[in-house]
Amino acid sequence: MRVLAIFRSEMLILRRNLWIFMATLIMLAFALALSFAGSAPTGTLGVDMLTVSVASMTTLSVYLAPLLALMMSFDAISGDRDRGSLALLLTYPAGRGEILAGKFLAHVAALAIAMGVGFGAAGAIAAWFGGAGTESLMALARLVLTSILLGAAFLVLGYAISALAGSTTAAAGLSAGLWLVFVVLYDLALLGAVVMDGDGAFTQSIFPWVMVANPADAFRLWNIAASDAVALSSGMAGAASALPAWAAPLSLLAWPALGFALARAAFRKVEP
Amino acid sequence: MNKTDHNPVLVISGLDKFRGKTQVLHGVDLSVRAGERLALLGHNGAGKSTLIKSVLGLIQSEGGSIRICGNRPGSAAARADTAFLPEAVSFHPALTGREQLTTFARLIGEKANIPGLLERVGLGEAMDRRVGAYSKGMRQRLGLAQVLLGRPKLALLDEPTSGLDPISRQDLYAIIDELASNGTAVLIASHALTEVEARTDRIAILRKGVKVADDTLADLSAKAGLPVKLRVKALAAQADHIAQQTGGRRINGASVEILCAPQDKMAELRRIAALGDVVVDIDMVPPRLEDLYRHYSREELN
Repeated sequence: MRVLAIFRSEMLILRRNLWIFMATLIMLAFALALSFAGSAPTGTLGVDMLTVSVASMTTLSVYLAPLLALMMSFDAISGDRDRGSLALLLTYPAGRGEILAGKFLAHVAALAIAMGVGFGAAGAIAAWFGGAGTESLMALARLVLTSILLGAAFLVLGYAISALAGSTTAAAGLSAGLWLVFVVLYDLALLGAVVMDGDGAFTQSIFPWVMVANPADAFRLWNIAASDAVALSSGMAGAASALPAWAAPLSLLAWPALGFALARAAFRKVEP
Repeated sequence: MNKTDHNPVLVISGLDKFRGKTQVLHGVDLSVRAGERLALLGHNGAGKSTLIKSVLGLIQSEGGSIRICGNRPGSAAARADTAFLPEAVSFHPALTGREQLTTFARLIGEKANIPGLLERVGLGEAMDRRVGAYSKGMRQRLGLAQVLLGRPKLALLDEPTSGLDPISRQDLYAIIDELASNGTAVLIASHALTEVEARTDRIAILRKGVKVADDTLADLSAKAGLPVKLRVKALAAQADHIAQQTGGRRINGASVEILCAPQDKMAELRRIAALGDVVVDIDMVPPRLEDLYRHYSREELN
């Protein structure tokens, strides 16, 4: 199968240039550091150590998952085009959608390995030292899965940028900009609007929806809304309670799908 | 295999292509039959690569039509029938030659003998090394190996010998000959005139997006009516005398060069023979592809 052929060659490339190894190492290092640094307030909140650890790692993942995803995807198309190998690949029977799907599956697999190992190891250590319940184990599993989804959303956005940008350098710059907007500036702008509006109509009814439309915030809300304990320890229960339970999962699932369609449309226009 | 019995594999008719407002291909007609080797010649920017990209379906043309075994360019059937060797081919540097070729074989759904194929193009030793460590010539060989995958009906080779040493060029043309003898229609875009002269069946010349010639070498020569060069070596101090007698041009102390139309060649030879002992030697140089190329690519359009 042609998607599988692309997938296998992309996996080889990711393994060969140590991408999977480095990404896993980064996730592991940050997750372990946060778990130990965040173990102090356990007693005062009355929750187990794994819950606190998951809350800290949720905050970490909002930054790291989009970053890792964009670093893998920004040269997925422009890199091949700049090198000159895209023209040849496109004369093979694989369609552009199939090429994109093969790369996507390989990159998601690499993210899944990094997230699974990194968060899994940190969670295991937190559970070993500070105890874990069914709920906190569920929260950990949810964190891993939603992190992969969040990464997937930024992977496909990265492909779209890679197809639209004139060169790999431009794609790198645009990706950095995209990360900054979605992960940092978006929330700052919303915060500013809420402060200006006070307790008005915007804050009450529009703000939560605008917030959940951003995949990074949807990721945060999903993890928080699903676990009272995590919400408690992260202090963000307010925004989550104003939305129906399906809003954040819908946003986080819709982004990879819509982004893939967008990337595919952009890739169609690429002339190698 | 009788080449003339076959229907054309590639048929291009009236192809127009614009880049912005400039027209880069003007109503180009071209066809290649199974087992035929066609050389496509032209200056840089004459439209050779644009033509090839249109045939591959990588770019859309504004007018005319292209059919590969009756299929539209870029369609699944056309892509399955076509092999392509890009100019200065490149691959992902992290993969080995064997892995790259295996990926291509999977894409066309072919169970090919990958090591055998790499051995064939002279990469037997290097097949498990990364492409990043390959020389330009080795990458070109890997490019050729992927052309041989899947027994294509049409092979488009863009400057296939660039970066290859003379021995490798010989090997490459041997492989192209074998492709053609197995019934593949081969189109070679090239600058290397002396190579394609001996190694192709037919020659087409593009000039600023217009096809100005398309025939066998012999017929192109006849049509162009380019002069034959006769080089006469004279006895010492007789060169001036001979130049005067024949109306030729003295090119050094002892030699005279005479240009004559192909049909006057025998008459001229008899005249020189009649000069007697003063003529020591004579060389005859028919027009070469280089002269023909210059003739056709300079000729004004009308």
